[in-house]
Order: sequence, then C-alpha cells, then structure tokens
Amino acid sequence: MSLQLENISLRVDGQSHIHSTSLTLEKSTMNVLLGPTLSGKTSLMRLMAGLDLPTTGRILWNGKDVTKNRVQDRDIAMVYQQFINYPSMSVYENIASPLRIMKKSKSEIDRAVNKSADLMKLGPYLHRKPLELSGGQQQRCALARALVKESGLVLLDEPLANLDYKLREELRAEIPKIFAESGAIFVYATTEPEEALLLGGNTATLHQGTITQFNKTSQVYHQPQNTITAKTFSNPPMNFLKLTKAGSNITLGDNARIDVEPSNQSFDKASANGKELTAADNFNHLPDGDYIAGFRSNHLELHRHNSQSIAFSATLNITEITGSETFLHMNYDNDHWVGLVHGVHDLALGEKLEVFLDPSHIYTFGLDGNIVSSASYAKEI
Amino acid sequence: MAKITLSNLAHSYSKTPNSPDDFALKTIDHVWEDGSAYALLGPSGCGKSTLLNIISGLLAPSQGQVLFDDKDVTNASTSERNIAQVFQFPVVYDTMTVRQNLAFPLKNRKLGADYISDRVTAVANMIGVQDFLDDKANGLTADAKQKISLGRGIVREDVNAILFDEPLTVIDPQMKWELRTQLKALHQQLGHTMIYVTHDQTEALTFADKVVVMSEGEVVQVGTPTELFERPAHTFVGFFIGSPGMNILPVTVVGNKAMIGNHPIQLSSTYENLSGTIEMGIRPEYIRLSKEPSGLAIKIQRVEDVGHHKIVRAIHSIDGQTIDINVIVKEGIEISDDMQYLVFEREKINIYANQWRQEGSAPI
Repeated sequence: MSLQLENISLRVDGQSHIHSTSLTLEKSTMNVLLGPTLSGKTSLMRLMAGLDLPTTGRILWNGKDVTKNRVQDRDIAMVYQQFINYPSMSVYENIASPLRIMKKSKSEIDRAVNKSADLMKLGPYLHRKPLELSGGQQQRCALARALVKESGLVLLDEPLANLDYKLREELRAEIPKIFAESGAIFVYATTEPEEALLLGGNTATLHQGTITQFNKTSQVYHQPQNTITAKTFSNPPMNFLKLTKAGSNITLGDNARIDVEPSNQSFDKASANGKELTAADNFNHLPDGDYIAGFRSNHLELHRHNSQSIAFSATLNITEITGSETFLHMNYDNDHWVGLVHGVHDLALGEKLEVFLDPSHIYTFGLDGNIVSSASYAKEI
Repeated sequence: MAKITLSNLAHSYSKTPNSPDDFALKTIDHVWEDGSAYALLGPSGCGKSTLLNIISGLLAPSQGQVLFDDKDVTNASTSERNIAQVFQFPVVYDTMTVRQNLAFPLKNRKLGADYISDRVTAVANMIGVQDFLDDKANGLTADAKQKISLGRGIVREDVNAILFDEPLTVIDPQMKWELRTQLKALHQQLGHTMIYVTHDQTEALTFADKVVVMSEGEVVQVGTPTELFERPAHTFVGFFIGSPGMNILPVTVVGNKAMIGNHPIQLSSTYENLSGTIEMGIRPEYIRLSKEPSGLAIKIQRVEDVGHHKIVRAIHSIDGQTIDINVIVKEGIEISDDMQYLVFEREKINIYANQWRQEGSAPI
C-alpha cells in the first residue's frame, strides 16, 4: 500500500496554493504535516482525498493513477477540526454509517462498531446522541467512524485543535497506539511542534505551500535543513544570531567572541569522550564568511554548563513562570530570544543578564537559510 | 481601575435549583486585587465563562453580590461597569481602518480629537501595529486582527478591569508567544486589573500573578504558578497543571512513611490521623529512573521524545493491578534497559486525603 504524489500543484484564481510537490507515503506510517495556518496543510490533504483536483501532477494509489477518481471511489477516511457527527443518530449509528453505505452484514457491522468504540472508549455511550457527549467524546465518535471503515488512507486535519488542553494530551497519547494497530497510512495535520514529536512517525514541514523537509520526525526536528524548517519545528521559536568567521576569529552577534586558537581560551578545555574540545572546534571547519547561527530555547542556560559554553550579555524583557520552568524573553544584538530554563527564577527586568550557550547546540545556516552544519549534539541522535 | 469583590456568589441556570449539582457556579467568595493579573483556569464546563459573564454583567447571579471597589454593581449593565473585554474571536470592524478601529471606543465616549489621536498612536506602538494604521482591517491576518482587538481592549485608560476570554485560542503557536508576551508587558505598563480566562495552563501560568483554578463549578485553588505546581491543594490541580500532570498514587500513610503496596517511601513530613482515601502526589519532573532495586519496581511501556525532554510511560504492578506512572527525563540523560526502578524526590511529595492536600508536621 502506498500513496504517491507526483509533481502535484494547485492554483486557485491564479494564486499558487501548493507548489509542485512530490511525496511518497508508505503503508503503516504516521505522517505529520506540520506548519502554521495557511501553509497548505488542508489543501494538500484535500488533494490526497480527491476533494480537489490538482492543477498539475498525478496521484497514485498502490501505483495506480487515481487523480481523477471521485472521493467516494477512494479508500479514505477523514476527520476534521470541527466535530462532525450526525446529530439525530445515536453514537452507534454514527460509527456504523460508513459500513451501512458499504452494505456490510448486520453481524459484521456490530463487530466492527464495538471494536472501534472500545478503542475510542465509547462503549458506554453507544446509545447516546452525539450532542449528549462532551467535546472530547464527540471527536472520539468522529475518529471511531473514520477507523471503522478500515480505509487504507486516514486523513486527520487538526483533529484535536478544538479540544481542551488535557483532553488533547490524552488523545495524543492514544492516537499512535490506535494507528499502530490499523496498518493504514495516516496523515495528520497540526500547527504544533510538540504534537508532531508526540505522534512520531514522519513529518513534512510546510511553508507557504511548499514542503520544506520530509523525513523521520525526530530527524527533521534534530537536523532541520534550513531556517524555515527549524522555525516551523520549534516552539518556542528558534533563536537566531549572526555568526562571522574571519581566520581564527569567530564572532557571534556583536559581543560574544570565541577564538579558534585554543591557547587563547580564557578557561579550561573540556574533555568529552576523551577528546579535547574547545568551543572553536564546532566552527573551525567553516570557510571564512557570514552565517546565521540558530539554537533552541531550552539550550540557553543561566549558568555555565561546561567550559566551552559561550557567554552572552542580553537584556531581559519579560519572564514567564510555568511552575517548574521559566521562560526568559530577551534581546540580544537586535534579535529577540526566548530562553527556557529549569526552575523558577525571579530576575530583574530591563537589566543585563548573562546567559550561556554550549556551542554543540548551535546550528549553522548559510545566509540563504540552508544548513551548513548541524548542531554537533544532534548529529548522533 | 478597581478591586473586584465576589461575595457569597453562586449561579444556577435552573430557576428552581434543588441540589448542589444544579449550580454551574458553586458559592464563591473572592477578591480580585486592584492592578493584579489573574488567570481563571479550568476545563470546558467548569464554570469559568459563567463567572466571567457575571463579572462583566452579561449574566445576573442567582445569589450574592459583585462589588467594584465598594460599590455594589450586581445589577449594573456591562457599560455601567466600565470594563473592557477581549473575546476568543477577533471583534473588528472590517470596513474601518486599523486607526478607526482603535479609536472607536474613545469616539463612543466623545473624547477630544487630539486626545484620541495621541492615545491611538500610543496603543498602536504598544501592540506593534503602527506601520499599518491606515490599512483596512478586512485584509489582515487573524493574528493582526486579534492584536487590534487587544488594542481596543486597552485603549481606554479609565476602565475598571480588562477581561480576556480565551483570546489566543485561534492564534498559531508561534504567534501566541508574541501576543502573550505583549499582553504581559502591557499589564506591567498599564497596571490594570486583568482577568484572563483560559483552559491552557501555559497561557494561564505565564500570564498571571495569581491563577484561580476551577473544577465543576468550584474554585479549588488560588495561587501563584509555583504554588500550583509545587503544592496543588487538590488532586485536580495536580492533574490539570503540568504536562503530563502529577502522578496520583494510592498509598497508606503511617507517620512519615507512605506505602505503595509493600514498597515503603520515606516522607519529609509526618502525617497523623489521616482518614478517607489517601493518595500520594508526585510530579513526573520529580521522579528519577534508577538501576537500584531499593526503588519502586516498574516496567517502561513507552518513551516519547518531545525534544527538550522525554516522557517515560511506566507501570507498577500491585496485586495483579497496574498503576500508570509518568516520568520526565531531561534531554541528554540516557535511558537504559536496566533502569527498572523509580526514586522519588522526598521534598516534592504531597499527601492527599479525599483529594485535598494534607499539611504534614516536621518529623519528630
């Protein structure tokens, strides 16, 4: 079983919604479409479903061209952000409805509905009407209906977006389990990086109608190929600053400088895996020039983590406490940074704050935004 | 600006309520201090919107009083209460420019043109829309429209309070950061009493000085983010705050020892005369995976990598039953197969009787 998009594009009223895209999804995979609103997630799903006809390109299902097949004639199920159920039918009938259309026997329907309802923890509510259920249960009902058909392709368009935070957490943990049992190709659209990480599988990051990267989820997260993917897949957003290498001098932003010559280091060298490293080792393979350095908020620290760490003097604007962690909003060298540090910290606002960054957590991008060198900590993941 | 007092307040949507369950809002006494930033946090249906509507004057309570400073406003209309509100969906006049939208609440109050012009410019700078003040609102993105709604909420300087009803729900995660930080900065600049209703713990904890947590029509705890995290007053707060929430484990407690089945756990306080259902609360952040058999034996079911940490889903077996326990492991710490035990951080354990937190005494 496979779904293949071959040079698919979509133009509506002269505007390009999806730029030419090729993508192959294999049997038994969870595929996350990650991107902000209007990045093309829903458009791409509608093309996969056959709800819209692509302007160019072909869609192949198990190698067979299905581009022009109607949605009814395809092997798909779809769940939307809004909970869509038939309000006048019981939960049982809602879940059974696709099977009735398929003219399955009564006993087959009964078996499949009960199985699907059990999986979605709807067993006790089969005789209720959808509106007598909580929001979470209503969406479970829609999910059960999508699963009962045992379609080869299941499309989930931000299915948890309208649910309370805690319900979302619960269903997020369950969806990968359900999917593991079904063997279908799942496509799941979300705006939230954390959701993509929890779902695992593969992730395609979308930006303005283009897939910027597609690979295993943890790989896209740890080895973004460009600044757009890195931004899309970071929450809080990735922090950036300029990096200049001139001979033995590496300058980060305006006021942090590290020297390639180890003898110039003012602090002791660190020993990692028996090999002596200096901060500069992370950069000395770069040709001279200007770069964009990027790092995630949780890698910024209030204390020197090890001797290689680079110190930055930033201005603290706002702190936000989440209970166990503190978000630091600061300005450094005209860039806005967010830091996420463990513990609760009460720090003076508007003042200079010294923060530290281990250079092994820095991604180096070219000025065109493409990756030059992944953060060394992430290369082994 | 005003202090808002809720006195013996309760509400039922039924005209003839005859049991506590008929009340969407159970009896509440609470003072919202002047100039503070509050969040009202709870799941759908917990009564937080009912409470907000009573404060704003959209709903008359079945019982009790609402006071602004010391004036009874229980039966006053929304406009008489002089409050500003920002809703979940942007409320913007599409045919007007951004400038006209921001000026609207001031024009309604017939303020002078010079004042309006200065004030609109000041607010536009605060919320970062100064560069498109003369654009029509209908071409703007949802984020920009919601910024304008926020701007209209803060444009009047004389309001008693500003109420926010899930203002960031429709905003993309990345943009949420910007808007939330802006709101927090605005609160520091303006010093208005602000009440922010949300079901999202991150929004509540990061915005507020104090968070009011509601469950099933009842306020279960009012506290700072740290208090809610470290010492949840009720197991619901422990569960609702944190991701995943606090682990709530059935125990028996004797003195300064808790027993999970036959496994003893040393506590930092002593508890006497506990009665009812006794549980121990421990956050996933405060549990460590260990190879030492002196810890609580578990089996790891699944590990979820969320980037800056991993969530370990483990189970402990007791008399043929299993209890789920979540553990958070920081990035960079390896999880090996021989880690089959858990160690709890003693100082971080809370003890609950019938779901309410018990205060222990120092061990003798």
